[in-house]
Amino acid sequence: MRRLLFLLPLAGFFAVAVWGGLALFRDGSARLPPSTLIDQPVPDFALPPLRAGDAAGLATADLNGADPVLVNVFASWCVPCLAEHPLLTRLAEEDGVVIHAINFKDTADAAQAWLAQHGDPFARIGFDPEGRGGIEWGVTGVPETFVVDGDGRVRWRHAGPLTPVIVDQSLMPLLAELGG
Amino acid sequence: MIPELGHFALVLATVLAIIQSVVPLVGAAAGRAAWMAVGAPAAFGQLIALTVAFAALTWAYVASDFSVLNVLQNSHSAKPMLFKVAGVWGNHEGSMLLWVLVLALFGAGVAAAGRGMPMTLRARVVAFQGWVGLGFLTFILATSNPFLRVDPPPLDGLDLNPLLQDPALALHPPFLYLGYVGFSTAFSFALAALVEGRLDAAWARWARPWVLAAWAALTVGIALGSWWAYYELGWGGWWFWDPVENASLLPWLTGTALLHCVAVVEKREALKTWTVLLAIVTFGLSLLGTFLVRSGVLTSVHAFAVDPDRGIFILVLLVLAVGGALALYAWRAPRLSSGGGFAPVSREGAVVINNLLLCTAAATVLIGTLYPLVLEALDAGRVSVGPPYYNATFVPLAAPLIALVAMGPLLAWRRGDAAAALTRLWAAGALALVGVAVVAVWQADGPPLALLGIGLGFWAVGGALVEWAERVRLFRVPLADSLRRAGNLPRAAWGMTLAHAGLGIAALAMTGASVYVQERLVVLEVGQAVEIADYRLTFAGVAPAVGPNYQAERATLDVTTLDGDAVTVLQPERRWYPVAQMGTAEAAIRSSGFADLFATLGEQADDGRWTIRVRHNPLVSWIWIGSGLMALGGVVSLADRRAWRTLRRRVRPPAAAGLPA
Repeated sequence: MRRLLFLLPLAGFFAVAVWGGLALFRDGSARLPPSTLIDQPVPDFALPPLRAGDAAGLATADLNGADPVLVNVFASWCVPCLAEHPLLTRLAEEDGVVIHAINFKDTADAAQAWLAQHGDPFARIGFDPEGRGGIEWGVTGVPETFVVDGDGRVRWRHAGPLTPVIVDQSLMPLLAELGG
Repeated sequence: MIPELGHFALVLATVLAIIQSVVPLVGAAAGRAAWMAVGAPAAFGQLIALTVAFAALTWAYVASDFSVLNVLQNSHSAKPMLFKVAGVWGNHEGSMLLWVLVLALFGAGVAAAGRGMPMTLRARVVAFQGWVGLGFLTFILATSNPFLRVDPPPLDGLDLNPLLQDPALALHPPFLYLGYVGFSTAFSFALAALVEGRLDAAWARWARPWVLAAWAALTVGIALGSWWAYYELGWGGWWFWDPVENASLLPWLTGTALLHCVAVVEKREALKTWTVLLAIVTFGLSLLGTFLVRSGVLTSVHAFAVDPDRGIFILVLLVLAVGGALALYAWRAPRLSSGGGFAPVSREGAVVINNLLLCTAAATVLIGTLYPLVLEALDAGRVSVGPPYYNATFVPLAAPLIALVAMGPLLAWRRGDAAAALTRLWAAGALALVGVAVVAVWQADGPPLALLGIGLGFWAVGGALVEWAERVRLFRVPLADSLRRAGNLPRAAWGMTLAHAGLGIAALAMTGASVYVQERLVVLEVGQAVEIADYRLTFAGVAPAVGPNYQAERATLDVTTLDGDAVTVLQPERRWYPVAQMGTAEAAIRSSGFADLFATLGEQADDGRWTIRVRHNPLVSWIWIGSGLMALGGVVSLADRRAWRTLRRRVRPPAAAGLPA
């Protein structure tokens, strides 16, 4: 009986390891999460506006235009968001990419101050203080960036800050392909 | 040429690690002294080889050798020298090299300091240290070689992420690694004890300095990271429950539990199998932390390099190390004799409660960190976990822990008297009441629950002082006698007082800094002013400034009291790093010791006015003073003469006067 007690930690660890391993390697190759949304229609969500002057925030229906758009999840408390912000600004201003944003688990004051301080490249912003919208999108952390095509399907997801290499080698070619 | 030398040294270290991990283990099993003796020179050799490798990479950074891919991607010729050197470990490959270097340092340390240890124990500890080293050296050579070349070499590098170009951050990873990797020694000691089938007070005395060193370094590392976040990120927060912060907090929590358990084993030979399990879990959590940071599984402040293959490799290492260790535990731990019994109310009992609380806290943080990831991986739905979760779970566990910190050291071993301990703590109780009263008057409109945190903080500080006063019999014998007693106190006792008082101060400060902060966000013309707390900040304008590898806009804010007396000048900056194409906001902070005045500069509006953010953060610097005291307590404890004596001499059966918990 006492021996069994000492087996418990191993059994527990083994169970977790097998479970995690199965989840990671389910598709035959190592698959670190996030891709459940890829090629799926944009999830159902509707968020109120963040900026004082905006009439509407961001909702599923807004992502059904003719051109591909970016959806960027950001928060004022998130450092990598700050790191990728100049890139997003450049994409919006110089390349004319339409970027919508979900302001994730933030306060309106802090987010507005952040945008005032660092610039605001976003076309529409959905305000998501409780993270409900983020849950629909499967956000595990901020920043995350999605590409939604003209048919309202999620085509690409990047968890973590965008870098010039990712933008040049993955994002821009995809946008070109989608006709943006 | 020099990078190739580094690469060669890395391979040599791997070969030595194989020898170090196999030969002494076989020797110890077969009882061959000559084989066991191979461990120490192999460990020294590995340290030398890795020092050479690290020096080679450092040279490549200092000399800006952009034919090395790693230097190209993370450095720039115009970067200040401090950050060129810090750049060595400011990236994935270099930081893994630092990881194995620190590991080799601890391995060689055990080999050198353990001359008086029983031969088989020393051989086994050194060998297990070698196994861990071998795993990570293979990882580096297979997936993360820092010495890869590019041809043709470009003219200049791509620069280090400017957010990371900071003195505190230059020191943050080395300390964190000293802590993470330091727990490998506890892990090796635990495995060696399992194989030996013997775990006694002597073992605890050998293992304790290594646990202390790792714990103190981890404390410093976490505190430095939080300090960096506070002044660099530009909005004044100091802890974000960011997954990677959590990853460093996890081994700290279980490591703290381990530290107390090792003291119990040393004094009473109780809780033995639990101590071994804690050592395994603590190092497992350190590995998990490395995995989370390096794999990019979790997005966070630290996820600047994302590579799933590396993550899988570390995950496999993690499973092998922890799975193997737990299998050994299941097989051998039942043979460890159970130690001395104790009553529920006793010093040992207090340590058990401390452990329960710390481990439950670690479990809540672990669940909060991994749960969203696990659900996502299983397509089981999506959740997101944030500060409200931790406030609801972690804080209620921390509160009783801090309340008990004052009491534990006043309980006797085996059987304690809780009522008597509480009676002796009347002074701490009085201090807490006075503290709460003062704060309640000063911040009359603050939330009542905050006063609980304030009171607990004062109580813990008071408890540490009461315990110290009891030891030196303050006010009961003449003052000169008390001072003499204080001089004769073991350093381990001083260490405990410092660490417990530091915890109280940190708890006090964290409560104060979270609750009593004030903030103003204003858009100002030159000449306009903003008032916050008892200060008036007048905006005197923005001027351009140039740094070594950035340009900046620097604002000047004249700070006066409300009556107009000059206090200081704050100059927050917005920096632009042209090479990295990134901007950062440099906060200007003026600390009065009691509270911080904190200002950041935002964008210029179309009408020429500037956005300025000011904060008044009471007590915030005391968070790091408290954490610093905790780490100092660890270091002072480490300097205990008795600890060093045992390192030099063979150990006799437990002496009558052991080290306090």
